[in-house]
Amino acid sequence: MTEADPFVPLPYRVGRVRRETRDITTLELAPVTGVRPDYRPGQFNMLYAFGIGEVAISVSGDPAVPGGYVHTVRDVGAVSGAIAKLKAGAMLGLRGPYGTPWPVEAAEGNDVVFVAGGLGLAPLRPAIYRVLARRERYGRVVLLYGTRSPPDILFRQELERWRRRLDVEVLVTVDRADAEWRGNVGVVPKLIARAGFDPNGAVAMVCGPEVMMRFTANALHASGLALDHIYLSMERNMKCAIGLCGHCQFGPDFVCKDGPVMRYDRIADILTVREI
Amino acid sequence: MEGLERIVLAHPFFAGLEAELGPVVSGCARNHRFNPGQYLAHEGDPADEFFLIRHGKVALEILPPGQSPVVFSTEGEGDIVGTSWLVPPYRWRFDARAVELTRAIGIDARCLRDKCEADPRLGYEMMKRIAPILEGRLGDMRLQMLDVYGERAR
Ligand code: FES
Repeated sequence: MTEADPFVPLPYRVGRVRRETRDITTLELAPVTGVRPDYRPGQFNMLYAFGIGEVAISVSGDPAVPGGYVHTVRDVGAVSGAIAKLKAGAMLGLRGPYGTPWPVEAAEGNDVVFVAGGLGLAPLRPAIYRVLARRERYGRVVLLYGTRSPPDILFRQELERWRRRLDVEVLVTVDRADAEWRGNVGVVPKLIARAGFDPNGAVAMVCGPEVMMRFTANALHASGLALDHIYLSMERNMKCAIGLCGHCQFGPDFVCKDGPVMRYDRIADILTVREI
Repeated sequence: MEGLERIVLAHPFFAGLEAELGPVVSGCARNHRFNPGQYLAHEGDPADEFFLIRHGKVALEILPPGQSPVVFSTEGEGDIVGTSWLVPPYRWRFDARAVELTRAIGIDARCLRDKCEADPRLGYEMMKRIAPILEGRLGDMRLQMLDVYGERAR
């Protein structure tokens, strides 16, 4: 058998489609032939909208559930917009999974702090599933989620379900709200001081817009977390996704192969440099 | 130590305060209970008191003309509400509304200002406690202003 060409996407069929918010959609994708490869929380696939183009999207489903992939897409451009508009039964191309995973195994024995901003909850969700599935292996588990306004809250039912558990602390905040909202208003780093975790040894996994991650990483560090215990998921435009083209260069690294999940102490300096 | 003094000193805002300053500060304090929907302060009111939240949640809101109120921040246990008492003309610059049952310590601002004037050591203590809060809030506002989750985010 010849090895598959890494640039040729395999056909996947869209199963269930779920409209999450005004501009975010979750798609279940099943391979037309063969089985879905195993993937690790934090990895991404290149999704190809036929005739339009390819885009890197992190997996947002539960890695323990067999079958296909789950991807959550925000309609922000031609390709992501075309994918977000696909209906059940439609086809798309997919290659992957690629990239580095969240350190879910390395975090065992410690407190875990997930910090998500906006759509950043989607790439973190597989790690949350994994940690909750092996809950007894971790100390305290905290999930801090911030987004723009109450209607923009992603995976709301799931957040509510996790919040009802007695072994997870879930805090949600929005940047702005009207007087009807009874939850928190303020930026997500502000939740760090309210969360109950032991900064000594805790591992933080942070995903969201880059500025939000920078502010969050600084606040986590200020609360006592070591820089090498903070992980961010970086986003860059990808082309080859296998470390060949240099399109996703980030300082000395390529986000597609050295990331997307990167340890903060390795990238902190580069993050504040312009035009990288 | 009096009951009120103990409550005042247990609030994070006064954490580590020198023992001899305890009675001085708590001499300006009183207990409050706010029911959901009750206002702690209204924009334009004299800022003659500020609040240390013991528990509950307080929404800080502004009322754009002709629109419904916009909540720009909520403060909870361990936070303080109100900093306009520090700067003339000592007037509230937003509305503060209890979202849920809220217990707070109110500090009489004039009383505390007078004591700070009389004792620069107390004044400096207060400054060291307020400045990080203001600095933190300024940073939060910057991030909020960037609207990082908006349409053109990233
Ligand atoms: S996308 Fe080509 S090197 Fe990363």
